[in-house]
Amino acid sequence: MKITFPHLGNTYICVKALLDDLGVQYVIPPFNNKKGLELGTKYVPEMACLPLKINIGNYIQAYRQGADTILMAGGCGPCRFGYYCEMHREIMRDIGYEMDIITLEMINGNVSELFANIKKLAGGTSPLNAVIATIRMIKIAKQVDEIEMLAFKIRPREKIKGSTDDIYKDFRNKVFLEKGCRRILALISRTREELLGIDTDKSFQPLKIGIVGEIYTTIEHSSSFDIQNRLGNMGVEVDRQVTVSGWIIEHILKKAFHLPRKLEYAKEAKPYLATMIGGHAQETLGHTVLYSKKGYDGVIQIFPLSCMPEIVAESILPKVQVDFGIPVLTLIIDEMTGEAGYLTRVEAFIDLLKKRREQRNDLIIKPAF
Amino acid sequence: MENGYYLGVDVGSVSTNLVIIDDEKKIIKKLYLRTGGQPINALISGMKEIAGLPGEKLRIDGVGTTGSGRVLASVMIGADEVKNEITSHAIAAQQVVPGVRTIIEIGGQDSKIIILRNGVVYDFAMNTVCAAGTGSFLDRQAARLGVPIEEFGSLALKSTSPVRIAGRCAVFAESDMIHKQQTGHSTEDIVNGLCEALVRNYLNNLAKGKDIREPVVFQGGVAANVGIAAAFERALEKKLLIPEHHDVMGALGAAIIARQKKKSSGNFVSAFLGFEAANREYKAKSFECSNCSNMCEVIEILSDSRIIARWGDRCGRWSQQANARVSDGGFKPALEAGCT
Repeated sequence: MKITFPHLGNTYICVKALLDDLGVQYVIPPFNNKKGLELGTKYVPEMACLPLKINIGNYIQAYRQGADTILMAGGCGPCRFGYYCEMHREIMRDIGYEMDIITLEMINGNVSELFANIKKLAGGTSPLNAVIATIRMIKIAKQVDEIEMLAFKIRPREKIKGSTDDIYKDFRNKVFLEKGCRRILALISRTREELLGIDTDKSFQPLKIGIVGEIYTTIEHSSSFDIQNRLGNMGVEVDRQVTVSGWIIEHILKKAFHLPRKLEYAKEAKPYLATMIGGHAQETLGHTVLYSKKGYDGVIQIFPLSCMPEIVAESILPKVQVDFGIPVLTLIIDEMTGEAGYLTRVEAFIDLLKKRREQRNDLIIKPAF
Repeated sequence: MENGYYLGVDVGSVSTNLVIIDDEKKIIKKLYLRTGGQPINALISGMKEIAGLPGEKLRIDGVGTTGSGRVLASVMIGADEVKNEITSHAIAAQQVVPGVRTIIEIGGQDSKIIILRNGVVYDFAMNTVCAAGTGSFLDRQAARLGVPIEEFGSLALKSTSPVRIAGRCAVFAESDMIHKQQTGHSTEDIVNGLCEALVRNYLNNLAKGKDIREPVVFQGGVAANVGIAAAFERALEKKLLIPEHHDVMGALGAAIIARQKKKSSGNFVSAFLGFEAANREYKAKSFECSNCSNMCEVIEILSDSRIIARWGDRCGRWSQQANARVSDGGFKPALEAGCT
């Protein structure tokens, strides 16, 4: 058995660490790029969403490097993602690349199937070992997300432009040289030190933008033309609440063990969207409200073309904008690689936020009578 | 010292516009050219033409560029400000109609709605994945009907009975239109139907959920089309204000932004390379970088076979190299466009 898995931001770091410790062989597909997307779009139905196309591209590239089994997360919400593992299986079979799929999911809160799949994955290792490795992987997931968030904070404030990007990119590449949870955790702490060592402008007050939207396109930077890091380089501090570790802890672990979940966003989303409609629609609405309350300057919503839950959220967001006075920019991502149109919008949005802040500051200094 | 002049350049997908304003922000010269898919050539001939327009030789104190080709234009002629077209259009409209609260802008490849409140851009939207509500759509359908685009609008006004044409998608609209043609509707009615389809598309997609308040300014190349303007007025039940220079508002905005920069900084020296820059030979080349898995498409701009700028790389490997090499050439990295 040789495992592969789809790319999703820094998830490869956690999964690599886990598989290293379980002693399972694996292939990490090349980082997402045009070639992979081209392969994916060739075989995936045109109307399917962008993440599916990228996933299939990943699998084809990994298969050609010897992978025979796909490891992926599953879901059973009303979003199409719920049947993606079956779609993946069928599409790969149609291409002529027969691959086994291990889906980590809990249908109707059924934990036993999840454990059975983990056991299948763990193979010869003892259950105790598997549990330890899983706990460590969750720790890594959490710390990797913290590194990303730290970079979000440092990037707009760095004195020498590009310092954060250099360290962050280096980190993502160095992971391939480290084997196992312990060594990867050590790399993470070294990276944290390096990031904290960057010379920053402490007095600078950057614009603050919250990122909301569909999980794949917000976490996988390559699919949304690296907008979050670019915003940082334009001097904007970004924040994103939807993360991989958050997903593992809130959606899988806490559900499995019936622990109370952090549902502040759902409470805030309730007046606008009372029920869970799949995907992250409630998160999008709830976090927009929360960002507004926390004094953020604006919110950017990102989702792939035809994503149902986010379309619903998009059409409700104007109401949130009016109620809370927070500007929202929606970016819909598809296969297009031309970035000019997106950058124009993002630039204009930043102009808008700057002007609004100036006006607000003017009001504070000299109240309008 | 005598007051200088400011140059604004808007390199769009369909048209390339140049404007020269005086210190009072009045348009002295303007030029509207078709880009024709060749922004470099369009800009060069525009520069030559505007320099040769009658009038004394003007001293340019500041240059602003905008439009989808703004970065390209900025390295070719030397710009002091590189601004996105949304901000530029808003600034120009506020200059012409103080207190404007809604801007409808329809250009060749994109359309925008800009909402202003208290003199500040409050909200905006730009068409995303589809060109159905833009000038290209009209261009194409006009060509199909054999009607010159300049006469399109006045023809629509002659319509006597409305014909409904689907405007959601240019492909659907076309088949719908052919069907209506075949059943014998008059060209006037079909043209009017197309105008209404475009307006419907604009209001349903772009302006959805937006509070359109007067004064409403209609600008962009399509504002010349009286049929569209009439269709908007019918649908909105509001009067549209069409500025005299509606077709070059982006360039006007860019020129005003350049003037603002000059005025706000004391000993400011423009990066303008002079109208002679148009006499050089420019070339654009592109290649795919194979240094990492991003496989960026890197674009190289050559002036008299000397590399003056590169962009398109995410890591800065190529753009920084080019910038270092021309540090004496007055080129400033286009940080704002996210191209470093």
